[in-house]
Amino acid sequence: MWDYTDKVNEYFRNPHNAGKVENPDGEGQVGSLACGDALKLMFKLDDEGRISEAKFQTFGCASAIASSSALTDMIIGKTIEEAEQLTNKDIVDYLGGLPKQKVHCSVMGREALEAAIYNYRTGKKWDKQVEGEVICHCFGVTDKEIEQVVRENDVTTVEELTNACKAGGGCGNCIPDLESMIQRFSAEGVAEETGAARPMTNLQKIHLIEEVIDREIRPALRQDGGDLELVDVDGDTVKVRFRGACSGCVVSAITLKDVVEARLKDNVSPDVVVEEVK
Amino acid sequence: MKMVYLDNNATTQIADEVREAIIPFLTDLWGNPSSMHTFGGQIKKYVETAREQVAALIGAADPREITFTSCGSESNNLAIRGGAEAMDKPPHVITSKVEHAAVSGPCHYLEDRGFRLTKLDVDGKGRLDVETLRREVKAGKSLTSIMWANNETGMIFPVGLIGEMVHEFGGIFHTDGVQAVGKIPMKISELPIDMLSLSGHKLHAPKGVGALYIRRGTKVKPLVLGGHQERGRRAGTENVPYIVGLGVACDLAAKHMDEENSRVKAMRDRLETGILETCPGARLNGDTEGRLSNTTNISFDYIEGEAILLMLDDRGICASTGSACASGSLEPSHVLRAMQVGGMSVHGSIRFSFSTYNTDADVDAVLTELPKIVQRLRELSPFV
Repeated sequence: MWDYTDKVNEYFRNPHNAGKVENPDGEGQVGSLACGDALKLMFKLDDEGRISEAKFQTFGCASAIASSSALTDMIIGKTIEEAEQLTNKDIVDYLGGLPKQKVHCSVMGREALEAAIYNYRTGKKWDKQVEGEVICHCFGVTDKEIEQVVRENDVTTVEELTNACKAGGGCGNCIPDLESMIQRFSAEGVAEETGAARPMTNLQKIHLIEEVIDREIRPALRQDGGDLELVDVDGDTVKVRFRGACSGCVVSAITLKDVVEARLKDNVSPDVVVEEVK
Repeated sequence: MKMVYLDNNATTQIADEVREAIIPFLTDLWGNPSSMHTFGGQIKKYVETAREQVAALIGAADPREITFTSCGSESNNLAIRGGAEAMDKPPHVITSKVEHAAVSGPCHYLEDRGFRLTKLDVDGKGRLDVETLRREVKAGKSLTSIMWANNETGMIFPVGLIGEMVHEFGGIFHTDGVQAVGKIPMKISELPIDMLSLSGHKLHAPKGVGALYIRRGTKVKPLVLGGHQERGRRAGTENVPYIVGLGVACDLAAKHMDEENSRVKAMRDRLETGILETCPGARLNGDTEGRLSNTTNISFDYIEGEAILLMLDDRGICASTGSACASGSLEPSHVLRAMQVGGMSVHGSIRFSFSTYNTDADVDAVLTELPKIVQRLRELSPFV
């Protein structure tokens, strides 16, 4: 028996804004039948760019239905910019709390909102797999989502992470990866807060560069049939070789500076210089 | 609002006769059956009467084959851990993928300690893969533990056939009979079963008492040490009131089994047929044949079990679900997964389980309320 708050019970039994929006400006769906919960969120904007109508359809338990319905109430009247500031914690707080095993319902709400806003801005269907690498294959959770969940919810253990986004809750094969990710993201959080980033060893730097390439650069190149490999790291000089459609591409020099170097500068060090090896 | 209790595979109401039989042992008759004096020593005969009543219900040849325990889980642990550790050589442990955790837990405990463990599949209707068992029992002596009837679907396993296969190669056969005892007529003395677990609170006795049938000649190493009680198989002063209650409950079950089974079955069948006819996307988990007469397990496509359960609860109806969300784990029922129940229905299963205390009005209540709940949740679902 779950200890749901009165607000969760009320939203579950008498949900607001259930159903569909006709001709929505933004629409996003996350989750699946196999995972046991799914949420479709739709909204419409008024002339001033504020969300005037928001509706949901949810397959899931009481807290999933309540989180979805609460989310629609929370975003109505907000601009897109205001709405996208919402975190899953805001949904939990709005409901007066959720049992810890049910926090993932609020994360699903935040993701659906993200998906709907993406759809509004690009006209495309949101596909979270593009937004990172899948770490937990049982529930299709990517490194990006894990990072966000760890940072927003002060996650310190795998159990807390599983409660928040399901990662690690199936076969358990990814648990060692999750442990190191939690350690890394929570340590980074602390370092950022205290402003005391430690200088990296060369080995750490190479690892980080590989990781950024894997996570941020490679998926983008692969969308166009290209790829790249890391050849060498010499101080701040990073040598890479283009593969597939990128090698011989007339704009590969632009890709090199605007994509590869820019991402590495953001994520590794502002002093990074990228050179192409033919 | 009158409660409609249809969760009898979880626990049952204590019978009036059982409660009345217990009370003297909570008031005047509080002595220790091991005492030498008359006040205590007289209690022993009540424990022995209860032992005879349990033996009679399951058809044991000798009441001394009954060991009282604290619950069905303890009985399963004693049989599996105690049975395996008493064998000359570490046995090959064989079980199924649809056992209760109180069986799979001790089996995995043995696996962690180096025992070889094999878990048998079931088919889409929840029937055991007997052919694999036929192959597996040949590889050295086994300790095989397969339930008599499944708690989630009610599917009955062919324990006679399984026992014969196990015995042919010198193995030991234990069956978890927690859901079967009191519902299926049995004469254990004539069946190839070495150990059988049963639980009091599944047949109208209180929680906190169970028993393990151990066929004469079967060796079991005790888990609880430090006393002569239960012929050295389970130390600790006997839970006399509840043992007496279990005895009376077995007596009641034996007397009314046939008559009650047909009445219960009629109610179950009416509920099942009614739901399958009136609720869109409803499908039966399990088979209509070879099943307990009190259980039905139905999945509703595109909606989720916990939500159905809470809405039933609002209307005073108690049932249970194999949904992941209700259990706090992320995986839905291991039984339904072993049966390869599809993604759109595995999260939406509801089990209704009857007892002798249910009435036709209970069936009517569910048939009135459930279609409305299913429709309401389907309206909320993005998949319909």
